[in-house]
Amino acid sequence: MFAYIIRRILATIPVMAVVAIFVFALLYLSPGDPAAIIAGDTATVEDIARIRAHLGLDEPVYIQFGTWVWRLLHGDLGISIFTNLPVIKLIEQRLEPTVALTISTLIVSVLAAIPMGVLAAWKAGSWIDRVVMVFAVLGFSVPVFVLAYILIYVFAIAADLLPVQGYVSITSGLWPFLSHLILPSAALGMVYAALIARITRASMLDVLAQDYIRTAQAKGLSSEQVLIGHALKNAAVPIVTIIGIGIALLISGVVVTETVFAIPGLGRLTVDAILRRDYPIIQGIILIFSASYVLINLLVDLSYTLIDPRIRY
Amino acid sequence: MAVIQNELALPVAPARPNPVWRYVRRHPTIIIGGVLLLLMIAMALFAPWLGTTDPQALSPIKRLKWPSAEYWFGTDMLGRDVYSRTIYGARVSLTVGISVALFSTALGLAIGVVTGFTRWVDSIVMRIMDGLMSIPPVLIAIALMALTRASLQNVVFAITVAEVPRVTRLVRGVVLTLREQPYVEAAVASGTGFTRTLWRHIVPNTLPPLLVQGTFIAASAMITEAILSFIGAGTPPNIPSWGNIMAEGRSLFQVAYYIVLFPGIMLSLAVLGINLLGDGLRDALDPRLARRL
Repeated sequence: MFAYIIRRILATIPVMAVVAIFVFALLYLSPGDPAAIIAGDTATVEDIARIRAHLGLDEPVYIQFGTWVWRLLHGDLGISIFTNLPVIKLIEQRLEPTVALTISTLIVSVLAAIPMGVLAAWKAGSWIDRVVMVFAVLGFSVPVFVLAYILIYVFAIAADLLPVQGYVSITSGLWPFLSHLILPSAALGMVYAALIARITRASMLDVLAQDYIRTAQAKGLSSEQVLIGHALKNAAVPIVTIIGIGIALLISGVVVTETVFAIPGLGRLTVDAILRRDYPIIQGIILIFSASYVLINLLVDLSYTLIDPRIRY
Repeated sequence: MAVIQNELALPVAPARPNPVWRYVRRHPTIIIGGVLLLLMIAMALFAPWLGTTDPQALSPIKRLKWPSAEYWFGTDMLGRDVYSRTIYGARVSLTVGISVALFSTALGLAIGVVTGFTRWVDSIVMRIMDGLMSIPPVLIAIALMALTRASLQNVVFAITVAEVPRVTRLVRGVVLTLREQPYVEAAVASGTGFTRTLWRHIVPNTLPPLLVQGTFIAASAMITEAILSFIGAGTPPNIPSWGNIMAEGRSLFQVAYYIVLFPGIMLSLAVLGINLLGDGLRDALDPRLARRL
């Protein structure tokens, strides 16, 4: 098992290397002069020259790549073109709202989706099952910003129960903090919850058809004991896997959710960077998001050894 | 003609339900999804004849009019007709969805077949694909759009690049299992050439899963396009797309929510139609999975 853990950790290195090369190579894959594109249509020759020097585009490519990787390994993500501040500083400033939003979404979605999937599988074919499947299909089809606006209209404008937008740090009190997270988390978590509910149901249906479930029922265990203790435990690996993979949906959704709810997080930083064509920030954000995605899925893979003792790689 | 057919049909076969009807009953989602999608395509094609006006026509006096008999979906802050813009917006969404689905499945099929057959290419290409798959697709598209000028072609290109790794992985997986199948081994053993094996035995078998995957890609590409346009990195402002219209209505949401609502409903319906079609196709093509998902 120890060898498996080491091997799995080492396997993330080539993955992150590809991400880094992709993020670096993007500048060169783009048609035309990247400095001119970043500078925009109204740029003067001096502007373009300044951006070229800023990005180090005057140097040969291999030297640029070497310096870039060297700095990256020292936690230096470059300097923002527009604000002239280090990208890592800008990311640090915006980290808290995004982390709060993602974690609350994760918790709410998982807590809602797994019971839904379990119930749907247990009562397969019943109206509960139908309702869950309709939720799963709708959740996958209503885009996050459409849902976000519907929620804002119903709960913040018409009913006036929750704030329309914004973010309040937890230091200003628990309720203000939570009340600003409820609608964004619900909007962002819908697709994610739909995905988890669907996989939970499928995985549970597989397990519930097994002989040992019949044995457990036959020896007189209650439905809850069979469902939780025997079935869910054995259905856990695909569910945990999809929780990890689905994080990609959350990351994509964060960019939009933060725009709709005016939350000053990494998503808003991305959108602002796009509008100003501040490429170092975009590079930095892709690296940070991808690294967290890889890290979470590494933890998921390692958790298999805890969930399922049969797994010995 | 009818008389002859009637005579030929004798003796009357035992009453069997019409096969088309049976198919519909067994896979209702294909029909519902297909009809929704066809309606959307018809709406996009016949946009000029659906009571629309010029979607770009400004009329500052008539701005921010609520939905009425004259302006079915109201007008935006520049006095443009939201109904016309929404109907024309279907063109952008569907063009992006369908082109991305076609291009990314074609590219993924080509790369996946090569990697599935050549070991040294496989180890290199799949490492690259693993890396690309760890970047959320929307971020890949955002990064590419930040470096190119806003245009429909660039949006299609950016989303295609983001979707190719998943298709490649799917095709490669299918090719790897097919390669071990006795009938493929038999074909190779009996001297069938490589190209012939490929076209007769491998490629046709990758098509059913690709068809299913393709519909889901179309749906997610439409959402990605709307996201890109919504955050200002998608189709240029002079082409009305659902994401654009919603982006323009964003700051006015509290006074004129209808600007965001109508394109949002259209986008959801279009994506729902394609997703239902995909679900139905998957159930129809893979009965083993049908009972479960």
